[in-house]
Amino acid sequence: MIVSQAAVSESVAPVAMGWGDVLSQQLITGVSNGMIIALIAIGYTMVYGIIELINFAHGDLCTLGSFLALTLVGALGMEAWAGLGGTAAVITLLISAAVFCGALNWTIDRVAYRPLRGKPKLALLVSAIGCSFILVNIALFWGGLPMEVFGGGNQAAAPKDFPSLISNENLLGAKSAITVTWRDLFVVIVTVPLMIGLTWLVKSTRLGKAMRAVAQNPTAAALMGIDVNRVIGSTFLIGGALGGFASVIYALYNNTISFQMGYRTGMDAFTAAVLGGIGSLPGAVVGGIVIGLVRALSDGYIEARWTNSVVFGILILTLVFRPSGILGAKLREKV
Amino acid sequence: MSAAPMWKKLLRVDVALLILACLLPVVDQRWHLDMVDPMRGVMVFAILALGLNIVTGFTGLLHLGMAAFMAIGAYAFAISSCDIYPFQLGFWWAMLCTAIVGAFAGVLLGAPTLGLRGDYLAIVTLGFGEITQDVLKNLDVITKGTQGINPLPSPHVPWWTATGFGMLEFTSEQELPWYWLFLGFVVVAVVVCRNLERSRTGRSWLAVREDELAARCMGIAPVPVKMIAFATGAALAAVSGGLWVSMYSSTGEPGNYDFQVSILALCIVIVGGMGSINGVLVGAIAMLGLANIALPKIASAMQSAGWVSSGSVFGSPNNWKYLVFGLVLVVMMRVRPDGLLPAKLSIVNAKKKNAVEPAP
Repeated sequence: MIVSQAAVSESVAPVAMGWGDVLSQQLITGVSNGMIIALIAIGYTMVYGIIELINFAHGDLCTLGSFLALTLVGALGMEAWAGLGGTAAVITLLISAAVFCGALNWTIDRVAYRPLRGKPKLALLVSAIGCSFILVNIALFWGGLPMEVFGGGNQAAAPKDFPSLISNENLLGAKSAITVTWRDLFVVIVTVPLMIGLTWLVKSTRLGKAMRAVAQNPTAAALMGIDVNRVIGSTFLIGGALGGFASVIYALYNNTISFQMGYRTGMDAFTAAVLGGIGSLPGAVVGGIVIGLVRALSDGYIEARWTNSVVFGILILTLVFRPSGILGAKLREKV
Repeated sequence: MSAAPMWKKLLRVDVALLILACLLPVVDQRWHLDMVDPMRGVMVFAILALGLNIVTGFTGLLHLGMAAFMAIGAYAFAISSCDIYPFQLGFWWAMLCTAIVGAFAGVLLGAPTLGLRGDYLAIVTLGFGEITQDVLKNLDVITKGTQGINPLPSPHVPWWTATGFGMLEFTSEQELPWYWLFLGFVVVAVVVCRNLERSRTGRSWLAVREDELAARCMGIAPVPVKMIAFATGAALAAVSGGLWVSMYSSTGEPGNYDFQVSILALCIVIVGGMGSINGVLVGAIAMLGLANIALPKIASAMQSAGWVSSGSVFGSPNNWKYLVFGLVLVVMMRVRPDGLLPAKLSIVNAKKKNAVEPAP
């Protein structure tokens, strides 16, 4: 999907593009996609930081967020909301998906992960893989809803078109060789405040302090009177909510969603988290943008069909040669 | 132990399964159960899961890319035997070649990564699975891309005609010859796994799983030990891939060997009981029975009862697989993390038992 987006913006460009323009265009696409990946990566890195679980289900959680958004678009007829109504529609989608994904992520932790605290870590990981598969299947069934936006429900597995609620108009004017659309701007406008807010939350609030304490040493944190399970639950809630935001941004930016997209975006985001240094919030953001850029450049200069291999190759190389990632150098290896 | 009568010694899960497997074709023919065809899949996946069991069950390394080795085996078999390539080996030589290529691929993946921690290793194997799929798809000069390689040779069994099996030929329409062939492979695989488990190597696997530090103190080098586990597991997975494609006489498209297959193998091992060979056999029957026999039957029953229409997303048994696999993993982890037939742990208990026995 990211692939087709890059291809479209290139072919639509009205003026012949020099190599510099092509490069800038790839960079713009890359950064926009990278911001989305970063937002999802934060969900992985927060959970890993606190309970050392690779939350496999996170990407598929985002899929469900997109499906909820598409359902709302169809049920409320949002395509017809013009002008300010369009903004209201986008805000409604963002908030409802965030609430939904946050609550769902909290529930998953409560049902599938919390009973396994203290058990071997691999049990937790296997349980997370199981949750991921369940969510994928729910998304598949959801795609079979008899609604017009879902293609009448006859093609449950087919990718769904997400209506373009945000204009694809070039902000630099129709004659410019480089395209920067409202959508690119929208991605930045939504993600940057979220990241700043999260940083504030983790650095300066009581809950954030508790999170950091639990991440450092759960037993000691519990002895200090911190309700560890509540803090872990809130981490899942916040990570899920960010994933919910990301899912709507993704759908609005790429205009197509499918029940399997969570696996791919999830792996991109996880790679980003590992690359940045898993457990580190700024690392997730940096890693996300790097992965976005790598994807765009690989689409443009290698071949789109190799892009996934490139990303996985980066993942493996990072894990083998620098498991602490770019920004995670100071991270203590927990045994 | 040695005092137990013969019949008690034979009262074992694996022997019971073998007898049932031998009886099945007769029963199937008498009552038309249509079980022979799905059982072939069960046996192929049992071999795959036996391979995963060595890596994950015995050695304790979570492996999420078993499908990649199955794919490598499938393509190794196809390339060494199909007549559009220069090698054109027969079935048996090609299968040997497949096992060697699989083991080599296992070493290739293991060499740089086996020093990694558990969950990181899991992710690396997952990435390897995805890259393998992409490479097979994109290197279409060699692998024919999504078309797959075909046709592939059928096995030639020298004594087959002499013993009255001659009427059964290895063609895609005939199910029984394949059934017996696969059963033979499963028996060999089980014997190999069992002997390995009791060998010095196998005991080092268990030791590394239980406590890597302690094992190291006892003079076991963890990385080579894990490497042997990786190679053996990969070889078994490759053989399962080779068998699978020889049955269909085509590799199919690379997308067939996706993450879902790796997870299915993992489900089999977890349901059966990690590290338990009998458990893996039971798990294979349970999981594939669920996915390939029970789900289609339930789906067609639901359709004939009029609950779902055939075009609906709920009507196709394939659409339930993710849900079933996922629920199996989550529920098993909560309720019975040791599986249906838990492995008799372990070295420690075995030693104690030996100590109690009087010296001869």
